Amino acid sequence: MIRLLCLLLVAVSMHAGPPTALAIRNARVVTVSGPVIEKGTVLVRDGLFEAVGTNVAIPPDAWIIEGERLTVYPGLIDALSTAGMPDAAPATGSARTPAPAPAAPQQPRTRVRGPEDRPSCTSWLRAADQLDPADRRIEQLRSLGFTTAVVFPTRGIFAGQGAVVNLAGEKKAMVVASPAAQYLTLSTGGFLSFPGSLMGVMAYMRQMYLDAEHYRAERDRYNAHPAGAKRPDYDRALEGVIESPRILLPASREVELDRMTRFARDLKQPTVLYGGTEAYAAASRLRDAAMPVLVSLKWPERSREADPDDIDSTRTLEVRERAPSSPAALAKAGARFALYTEGQSGRDLKLAMKRALDAGLQPLDAVKAFTLAPAEIYGVADRLGSIDKGKIANLVVTDGELFNEKTKIKYIIIDGAKYEPAPEMGEEVAR
Amino acid sequence: MIRFAILMAAAGLALSAPPPVVVENATVLTVTKGTFKGSVLIRDGKIAEVGEKVLIPPDAQVIDAGGQFVMPGIIDPHSHIAAESVNEGSISVSSMVDIHDVIDPQSIGIYRALAGGVTSVCVLHGSANSIGGLSAVIKTRWGKDAQGLLLDGAKPILKMALGENVKRPGNAVALYGDLQPSPRYPATRMGTEDVIREAFTEARAYQKSWKDYEARRARGENPLPPRRDLKLEPLVAVLEGKCLVHAHCYRADEILMLLKLSKEFNFKIAALVHVLEGYKVAREIAAYGAGATTFSDWWSYKVEAADAIPYNAALMTRKGVLVSLNSDDPELMRHLNTEAAKTMKYGGLTEEEALACITINPAKQLGLDARIGSIEPGKDADLVIFDKHPLSNFAKVQKVLIDGQVYFDRDRDVSGRAERELRKKALLDKAKQREAEQKKSSARRPQ
Repeated sequence: MIRLLCLLLVAVSMHAGPPTALAIRNARVVTVSGPVIEKGTVLVRDGLFEAVGTNVAIPPDAWIIEGERLTVYPGLIDALSTAGMPDAAPATGSARTPAPAPAAPQQPRTRVRGPEDRPSCTSWLRAADQLDPADRRIEQLRSLGFTTAVVFPTRGIFAGQGAVVNLAGEKKAMVVASPAAQYLTLSTGGFLSFPGSLMGVMAYMRQMYLDAEHYRAERDRYNAHPAGAKRPDYDRALEGVIESPRILLPASREVELDRMTRFARDLKQPTVLYGGTEAYAAASRLRDAAMPVLVSLKWPERSREADPDDIDSTRTLEVRERAPSSPAALAKAGARFALYTEGQSGRDLKLAMKRALDAGLQPLDAVKAFTLAPAEIYGVADRLGSIDKGKIANLVVTDGELFNEKTKIKYIIIDGAKYEPAPEMGEEVAR
Repeated sequence: MIRFAILMAAAGLALSAPPPVVVENATVLTVTKGTFKGSVLIRDGKIAEVGEKVLIPPDAQVIDAGGQFVMPGIIDPHSHIAAESVNEGSISVSSMVDIHDVIDPQSIGIYRALAGGVTSVCVLHGSANSIGGLSAVIKTRWGKDAQGLLLDGAKPILKMALGENVKRPGNAVALYGDLQPSPRYPATRMGTEDVIREAFTEARAYQKSWKDYEARRARGENPLPPRRDLKLEPLVAVLEGKCLVHAHCYRADEILMLLKLSKEFNFKIAALVHVLEGYKVAREIAAYGAGATTFSDWWSYKVEAADAIPYNAALMTRKGVLVSLNSDDPELMRHLNTEAAKTMKYGGLTEEEALACITINPAKQLGLDARIGSIEPGKDADLVIFDKHPLSNFAKVQKVLIDGQVYFDRDRDVSGRAERELRKKALLDKAKQREAEQKKSSARRPQ
């Protein structure tokens, strides 16, 4: 019986598994963690980096990719995504954007009395459980050079727990780390349902984290001496909150970046801000507060439906002009930041990236903001984000400088398995 | 070496401290200490000396206000400028929310208020519910961030409200496409009283749970602390006199109800807000000791605001009520001096009494009269310079100083307009250019 199982396993791995070893030699290797190797070899075995350098012996069983004229980067990480999440709301990161509709109207509708009723809360939802590997956006992201995304359920105020996922393979093998963070929004219900205002959401969050602290203390006390004590109630909303190692708070405008930095101190939670549109105006303060920011590459633009006779305010115009300089400003200040595509692809993403680079973002800083920086922010830099021995073998191989308009992506390697950009998506990317 | 270090330290101090400021040759309207021609000396953001003659330090920055009028910065005790949210209207007791969380320092209303001579503002929660949220007292320090606007040391102020806004009977709301009556309790004035009584009853029980906890700890026990409740904490602060209450009200009957209810729970209403029928129960308000903050001549925007008269402020003042005027509106806020002047026309308040309605009286209602509200040594140097007497319709604000610093200067504003126009035009041109480029590149894209 055992022998048969072994045989079967071997058969399966021979049939579907990637080659156990893969070497890319004589390529330009951008390790991100160390200096660029102009002519080097990356050796991958069993889905991990086995060796990187100029002097790597290639074992006889390794498949070889000739790396002449090719550049190898760590696989890109989309730091905030809804790829693979069924009916997620867009992650815009501002209190001023319209509130995403609740996932499903609760019937019959009961009146919410306050934070104690846990409105708009699905803190226990896990992206890792919700993941749909057949979602077309996963292949789309992969074709753009992304090997990994940090995906979140995004509906409601306490939307749920994200996961760091690799963008290929079987569902059970995709999850790299979970839970990655709790996704918080500032969506409100007007006069109909608590919380109906920005200050209401903030009060709700504050109460929730105080409740979590109390819940934990009560639970620990009971578990230490259950005999003779009343057992505390179970609260899945607080369980979800407690399980999350950090929180994501939306902050796009300058006032929001300052407000949420202060608020995070109040909540006493490890925090990452997302949005970051006006980070150009707050970069040094974010650095001083050691507050990491995920910057959306969707730069603010005049709506296509806007009345052509309306003239925007100077402030609005200035924000549109300066927003793409946010990544450069953060890099210059030495603040921690990562970039996310906010669902853009093809030409839109190329243009958005070009504007950030034109505004002074150094190409290497851009690469870091899509690799090591998000890995560090989510606490997975021990396995992702750079080309180093022992880390997960995620790579993107190009025929030139990444983010250059003419550059084409040749291969994407995820967990040591080689993929090529989907033809129609590759076309789109190439243009 | 040590001497050198001391010298350097002294030099550093001298550099960091702003130079003294003297406003000279002005008609000084102190509000509390009379009116005279003279000067004001400012040191470290505070008023140092006021008089017909003050000694001008050699390093002082001198502002010649010859022929002009200096008054204390105007204080608006009821406004909603600079708040990104005003009402948590979904529930009847929302004391867990705090305007401090949502101050937007880039709100243009701040600059406009400043240009109207307003230097301190109580940014209140709205009046959608019986017990609203905590308010924020700010100074109009245009250009500072949200923290930089706060008037530090101000006591917390809780907003309460009575009447039509909070009961909203039959107010239809769209729920899944259908119009339905608002499901929120209360629907009547009786219900409002009940909501407030219930909230403070709950607060008393909460206060007791903490007292019991402290007592058990004092006995050497190790109990689990009670769950902190952000809704009840401000109410306990009210019961303990650590938080002021400003209560929105219109009708005489509801005013008396609230005064009685607060006595039942042994807390004090610091100010009745709007209080348009205050003139009917002025004696009772004065006996209780509550302040009243009202409009000069703005009424009939709803049924409960119908029985109002422009003599309200003057009549209440004559009965011994501490009266102030407020704007509740970003436009009205820009000419509170004119509103004050109306109390002279309607009811014959003196110049000083009229000015007190927008300076020292609101300062007292906010518990800040030791800091702001008059031109007296030791107070914050918040000053407005008008070209004419501020109670004249023709007076224009020339300069506004907050903590001794010039935050508004009419000449600077006017002369900067051309430059701002140019900057805007450049931005518009750039935006157009960008749009054109994007169109071009999308035209190249195969369809």
